Amino acid sequence: MFISNAWAEEQSGAHSSTDGATHTETGAVHDAGHGGVFPPFDPASFASQLLWLAITFGVFYLLMARIAIPRISSILEVRRDRISQDLDEANRMREEADAAHAAYEHELAEARKNATAIAQKANDEAKAAAEAERQKTEAGLAEKLAEAEARIAGIRAKALGDVDEIAAGTAETIVKELLGGTVTKADLAKAVSEAAKQGA
Amino acid sequence: MSNDPIHQFQISKLIPLDFNGLDLSFTNSSLFMVATVTAASGFLVWATSGRGLVPGRMQSIAEMSYEFVASTLRDAAGTQGMKFFPLVFSLFMFVLVANLFGMFPYFFTVTSHIIVTFALAMLVILTVIIYGFWKHGLHFLGLFVPSGVPGALLPLVVLIEVISFLSRPISLSVRLFANMLAGHITLKVFAGFVTSLSALGAVGIGGAILPLAMAVALTGLEFLVAFLQAYVFAVLTCMYLNDALHPGH
Repeated sequence: MFISNAWAEEQSGAHSSTDGATHTETGAVHDAGHGGVFPPFDPASFASQLLWLAITFGVFYLLMARIAIPRISSILEVRRDRISQDLDEANRMREEADAAHAAYEHELAEARKNATAIAQKANDEAKAAAEAERQKTEAGLAEKLAEAEARIAGIRAKALGDVDEIAAGTAETIVKELLGGTVTKADLAKAVSEAAKQGA
Repeated sequence: MSNDPIHQFQISKLIPLDFNGLDLSFTNSSLFMVATVTAASGFLVWATSGRGLVPGRMQSIAEMSYEFVASTLRDAAGTQGMKFFPLVFSLFMFVLVANLFGMFPYFFTVTSHIIVTFALAMLVILTVIIYGFWKHGLHFLGLFVPSGVPGALLPLVVLIEVISFLSRPISLSVRLFANMLAGHITLKVFAGFVTSLSALGAVGIGGAILPLAMAVALTGLEFLVAFLQAYVFAVLTCMYLNDALHPGH
């Protein structure tokens, strides 16, 4: 302001004269306002600048409002939609993957459980079979043992019986040889059994 | 003339048009307005024409500018503010591209003229006022009456609020205009030092290194300012629109 006033005052004479000249010389290309007024404060150019600013800025506003801004905002919107869509898709896929993983884990646990059960069962069966076999064998052995024992007992009893007989025979012979007498069988048997009792 | 730092702001008529003494000529300023609009809309439309799901570089830039302005508006004015998105986006892109065009040597900076920035600021303020009254009726005036102020102070506060509201279009337009103007003048002055010093011979060329370095640094700064001022303009627009949407403090 200060500069312009000083400038304007200094050049006021010159300006008014050129101003007069401007009007007389309309049409001719000349530097109007060059006469001295500080150009940004020269009212002579205001009307033209306002008109052209209104035209150019108006056109610019329309171009922006009708073409550029809707276009950019649609680009940004499409991108935002696309990104959120992709994120949704990714989330969905992750959930699917999680579900598959959980199902797999479940299957695996089930299979493990089944495997244990099967192993246990097989083990039990094997044990049971072995036990049964063992018992059968033991039973057979016990039977054979009993049989053998019975046989042994029989043989022993028979042998013992023979022993009495042999002893009686021997005793008779001895008595006969030593004493020359005869001994009744009943006495001999009685004596042998008594001796056997004492010896036992 | 070539060293005159003001020369770059000169309006020159390219196609003289006159309506009943009203000068509506197509000037270099008009040309650069057309160029700004063509470049900005051409880029945005071309870059997004592929509608790629995965954006290329150009489409990324278009999307980034969209998201940048959208988040700025949403932060300042909430989701309801998105109905003003085309306006805020157009303002941001127009100011940004006009500022960046101004960084080309010999190019005209559209935003270095107060009438242009003032017209854009008035567009914002009128949108705020018209929408505010249309949507909230007289409740829109509640904007000037902050709640929780003691009764005795209220007239003073209301006066301050009204003044601050009225000064908005001025501050909004002058901030952008002055930044562009001052930056370009400074750049021109330092660049002018380089040429005038180097005309003095060997010593002058040695001495011209400093202003040359300054000019390089300032060019970088000016690119930052070009972006920053477009951003500030858009942010303030969002904040003012927020007042139209939610007049109660």
